[in-house]
Amino acid sequence: MAHFPKPAAGSWTQNWPELGTAPVNYEDSINPEHFKVEQQAIFKKTWLNVGRVERLPKKGSYFTREMPSAGPGTSVIIVKDKQEVVRAFYNMCRHRGNKLVWNDYPGEEVSGTCRQFTCKYHAWRYSLEGDLTFVQQEGEFFDLDKGDYGLVPVRCEVWEGFIFINFDNGAAPLTEYLGDFAKGLEGYPFHEMTEHYSYRSEINANWKLFIDAFVEFYHAPILHMKQAEKEEAEKLAKFGFEALAYDIKGIHSMVSSWGGMSPPKDLSMVKPIERILHSGLFGPWDRPDIEGIQPDELPPAINPGRHKSWGTDSFEFFPNFTLLFWAPGWYLTYHYWPTAVDKHIFEADLYFVPPKNLRERLSQELAAVTFKEYAFQDANTLEATQTQIGTRVVTDFPLCDQEILLRHLHKTAWDYVNAYKNNDNGSTNGKHDAKASQDEAEKDAAHV
Amino acid sequence: MSKLPEEFADLERFSDWCLPTEEERYSKRLNSTMAEMQELYDAGMARLEDIMVYVDARVPLKGMPKDAKALVHLGQSIVMVSFPVEVWKQPRVLDSGASYIQLIKEPVV
Ligand code: FES
Ligand SMILES: [Fe+2]
Repeated sequence: MAHFPKPAAGSWTQNWPELGTAPVNYEDSINPEHFKVEQQAIFKKTWLNVGRVERLPKKGSYFTREMPSAGPGTSVIIVKDKQEVVRAFYNMCRHRGNKLVWNDYPGEEVSGTCRQFTCKYHAWRYSLEGDLTFVQQEGEFFDLDKGDYGLVPVRCEVWEGFIFINFDNGAAPLTEYLGDFAKGLEGYPFHEMTEHYSYRSEINANWKLFIDAFVEFYHAPILHMKQAEKEEAEKLAKFGFEALAYDIKGIHSMVSSWGGMSPPKDLSMVKPIERILHSGLFGPWDRPDIEGIQPDELPPAINPGRHKSWGTDSFEFFPNFTLLFWAPGWYLTYHYWPTAVDKHIFEADLYFVPPKNLRERLSQELAAVTFKEYAFQDANTLEATQTQIGTRVVTDFPLCDQEILLRHLHKTAWDYVNAYKNNDNGSTNGKHDAKASQDEAEKDAAHV
Repeated sequence: MSKLPEEFADLERFSDWCLPTEEERYSKRLNSTMAEMQELYDAGMARLEDIMVYVDARVPLKGMPKDAKALVHLGQSIVMVSFPVEVWKQPRVLDSGASYIQLIKEPVV
C-alpha cells in the first residue's frame, strides 16, 4: 500500500511514459566498446563539476584535476586570474607538450597559489590568463609569435560557487544545461557551509552502478539494516521505502524523501552515541544558526511538496554530479569518474557550517564517520553486482517504481551515445528508439 | 607525563587513542581487538558529555592548549570505535570486502 500519493498516471514511472516499465538491459554497464563511446559522447560533451570556489580563495589560487574520464591523460588547471575570474586550461605546455603544473608525480593532482605558470622543462611562462609571456632564448625560434601559443582554454563556468568545465567548445551555457532544478536551488547558503570532509574510493564497477545505488533508497532498509537499532530496523524493513516524490526535468532528476530521524521521535530508535551527540546518518539534529535552511526558507526546488516529514533531497545532475541536501542544514556532493567500463573513482564531499564549539564539532564528526560506514557497504555491493552482470547469465533486470531514476539515468546515457553515433554532435534533442539503438550497439559490440 | 587534563586522569590509560587525524584513528581501529575497543567505548561513553562540557566551557576550537586538544582527539576516537562496538561487532565494516574509502580532507582539530 502506498503511504505517499503517486501521480495520477498510477505510478511515478508511468508519469514519464518514455521510460517504459520493461526490464532494463545492463549491456551499457559491461561492454568496453560502449564505454569508449560514452567517454566521447558524454564526458567530452557535458558540463562536469570539478569542485567549489572555496578551493580558490585568492588571485593566483589554482588546482589541477586529472580527468581520465574524458580520455587517458586529460588534465586541467583551474585558476583564479588577476581579475578574479575562474578559468580552466589544459595542463599542457605549448612548447613540446610537457605537463605544465605538477609536483613529484605527474599523475597526481596539486593545488597552490602562484603568479604565473612556469614549465619545468625549458621554463616557458604563462600568465594566470593563459597567455605565453616568456620564451627561453626566444631569438632561437623561427617566426614565433607568443600570441599564438597561449594555454589551450577549457570552457569553465560557475554556478552557485560550483565550478564546471566542458571539453566541448560548442556546448550551451552552464545554467541552460543545468536547467530548472538548478534555478530552483539558487539561494541555498552553500557559501556558509565550508567545513569540508572529502572522501575518495576506487570502485570496481561501472560509474552508473554507483549512481543507481544513490538514486534509489529501496535498498536502504535492507543493505543498511544493521546500522539501525534492531527493533527500528525491523520496522523499517517491513515498511520498506517510499519516496515523497520523484521529478525529472530533461536529463536531470531528483528524489525527495522523508527523514524522521533528525531528531528522532523516540530516542530508543537510535544508537547510544547518537543520543549523546545528537547526530547520525541524517546529520546533526540541531540546526546551525544561519539563514536559509529553515523549512520555509528553503529554495523552491528543495522539498518541492513542502512535506512536514521531509528529510532529504537528492539531485542527480547528468552525468555524474549528485547534490544531496539534509533537512538539518548540511549537504553532500558525489562524483563518479569512470576510468574503464568496470572501474570508476568515487568522490564524496560533506559540507557543514563551521562548528562553534566541540559539541557541534563532534556532532559533525559522527555524521562524517557514519557516512563512511554506509558508503563502505554501498561500494562493496557494487563490485558484487558488476562481476555478476558481467557474466551475461541474465541481461535484463526488472526495476520497480522506487527505481525510476535508474531507468532515467540509463536512458539518458543511451540518448547521448545514440546522438553521438548518429553524428549530430551530441545534442540530445532528437527523439529516437533507445531499444533499437541498443540492439545496434550489441551488434556493433559483437563485431569487435 | 600525562597527555590529558587532570580532570580526565581516569581516561589517561587510553591516551594512545589521542590521534589527530582520521587516518590514524581508522588504522588504530582496524588494528585493535574488540575487547580493547569495548573498554575505550565503555569508559569513554560515560565521559563524553563531560568532555564536551569541559572543553566548551574553557577553550575555543581554534588555538586549544595541548591537553584539551588531546582530549578532543580522544573524543573523536570514541566516535570512531562506536561503529565497531555498537553495530558491526568487529573492527571492519561488515561485508566491506576489498573496498576501501579514504578520507582525503578533514578539518583537523
Ligand atoms: S615543454 Fe614546456 S618549455 Fe619546453
Ligand atoms: Fe546506501
